[in-house]
Amino acid sequence: MMHFLATYGTQLISKTGQHLYISAAALALGVIVAVPLGILLTRMKHGANFVITLAGVLQTIPAMALLAIMIPIFGIGSTPAIVALFIYSLLPILRNTYLGMQGVSPTVRDAAKGMGMTWWQMMIQAEIPLAAPVIMAGIRLSATYVIAWATLASYIGAGGLGDFIFNGLNLYRSDLILGGSIPVILLALIVDYLLGKVEMAVTPRQLR
Amino acid sequence: MLLSMEHLRKEYPNGKVAVDDFNLQVGRGEFIAFIGTSGSGKTTTMRMINRMLKQTSGTIKINDKDISKMDPVKLRRSIGYVIQNIGLMPHMTIQENIELVPKLLGWSKEKRAEQAHKMIELAQLPDEMLKRYPGELSGGQQQRIGVVRALAADQEIILMDEPFGALDPITRESLQDLVKHLQEDLGKTFIFVTHDMDEALHLATKVVIMSQGKQVQVDTPENILRHPANEFVTNLIGEERLIRAQPNILSVSQIMLKNPVSITPDKTVDDAIDLMHDRRVDTLLVTDDDDTLQGYVDLEDINRITDAHTTVSDFTNRQVFFVKADSLIGDTVDRILKQGVKNVPVVDKDKHLVGIVTRTALVDIVYDALRGAPEADETPASPINADIHAAATHDEGGDSQQ
Ligand SMILES: Nc1ncnc2c1ncn2[C@@H]1O[C@H](COP(=O)(O)OP(=O)(O)OP(=O)(O)O)[C@@H](O)[C@H]1O
Ligand SMILES: [Mg+2]
Repeated sequence: MMHFLATYGTQLISKTGQHLYISAAALALGVIVAVPLGILLTRMKHGANFVITLAGVLQTIPAMALLAIMIPIFGIGSTPAIVALFIYSLLPILRNTYLGMQGVSPTVRDAAKGMGMTWWQMMIQAEIPLAAPVIMAGIRLSATYVIAWATLASYIGAGGLGDFIFNGLNLYRSDLILGGSIPVILLALIVDYLLGKVEMAVTPRQLR
Repeated sequence: MLLSMEHLRKEYPNGKVAVDDFNLQVGRGEFIAFIGTSGSGKTTTMRMINRMLKQTSGTIKINDKDISKMDPVKLRRSIGYVIQNIGLMPHMTIQENIELVPKLLGWSKEKRAEQAHKMIELAQLPDEMLKRYPGELSGGQQQRIGVVRALAADQEIILMDEPFGALDPITRESLQDLVKHLQEDLGKTFIFVTHDMDEALHLATKVVIMSQGKQVQVDTPENILRHPANEFVTNLIGEERLIRAQPNILSVSQIMLKNPVSITPDKTVDDAIDLMHDRRVDTLLVTDDDDTLQGYVDLEDINRITDAHTTVSDFTNRQVFFVKADSLIGDTVDRILKQGVKNVPVVDKDKHLVGIVTRTALVDIVYDALRGAPEADETPASPINADIHAAATHDEGGDSQQ
């Protein structure tokens, strides 16, 4: 253990940094795209089911295959990895945003409109805050997926903790495999815990 | 006119005509109550006023300006609105809820806070409740917040859709007093939906009775009580209220039958049966020699007696309700309708039997009310006689022969 840290300590830190960067970038993109899209879907009479099914189909593409598909388009490195992970992050966020927004009680919406809120004000001051706990739960789920799958990014040269694991697999070195896996698990747990805190914070007191 | 609605019609996309040719002129400071059966279009009509719904045809004007040409958001901010299901924002504190419209209107933080404190006081709730969330309040408390929230921005017109539905009678009354005060003393204009006829008659300056999307009658509470337009209105108002609305100068002695069938206590069962048979009645009032009311005997009681020589005094029922000849009809109505008594003996001030009020006599009054009895027009407007009625009850309350 100490020996591993002494040898690979600095590498571990930089790989963890890469891993976090890829995951965070993919997740951020996912949030930026899926939350507004989810909200938009609640405004449309048709199409919501189609879009959510499509996102579901994307989710079923095997990770390795998806990464491989990215190479001809984006080359190698972190960009194709981020794009691939972003695609994976879409579904949980999209679905939860849609369900969360749908779940806002019509009475509240009606009252908000009746008091003279504009479309935007209703969204920002009433609907999104009320849907926030559900949306956050989706983001949290996506975050865990993305962190786990970011391991595979190493396969297309994006770096990250996956590098340890793949090296370990090639060299039959279990210390490298564990040295990569344990930080990934810890990272996923910590991020999940922190996002759980955020989810709690956005939940109105009485609804907890 | 502050608010004028002309030939309003609302047809929902599914073809349902919810409101048909609705017309109403509302002056400043009026209190309009919409009342009618469920589904008669009250909410639909109300929601067209703040453009929550768009009418299929017809015009609505506020201060002579066509509202369809106004900015709907501005319009809604200028009209207080209590929706049918309260609709507090669950993620906002009570204070944020109350301050919502003032904030939309850009009031300063201090002014808003000041208003929030004023409103919570108006709702008769403790100041510290401002920091709570709606889910931490009882249903009635939430409803009160819903009401004052609609007043917070000093709106001139306030729409209220069954605002006091879930309240106990005491809270309800205090809120009724509150809105009445706002209307009478501050000149606010209310459009108010209710299912409670007493509430409508008590609060409104004008009652709009609706059925199946149409206005059945639009008039002052007094006129509605005196001249109900048709049977629908009569049923909605109820027999009891119609009778109570009769001129309060009408005393019991004016409607009583003057020859009640009575018997003295010393007579026998056989005498009683003969008398009942002759006069075709099933109860006899028992009076002593100087006509003082003692009680009554009833055919059922007599049937149980086997000894023909038993005297009337032995089975006289001494628990008898009576009214005084000079008391008001309203009180008699209560006794007969509420106590389930078939008829009530009438006595003078010395408890001498002078007559009897029967259910038939009361029914006649109901018919007079339906036709609009001519003498009704000369009496001062006092639709609900509540005070007089209460006074009469005090006078006579619980009198019964021991
Ligand atoms: N969005 C809608 N689409 C179709 N029909 C509707 C819609 N909203 C209401 N209606 C119908 O229009 C009629 C009037 O409804 P409205 O809500 O105005 O009644 P109301 O008098 O307020 O009844 P309540 O006393 O039960 O609140 C009803 O028959 C109702 O079913
Ligand atoms: Mg309604």
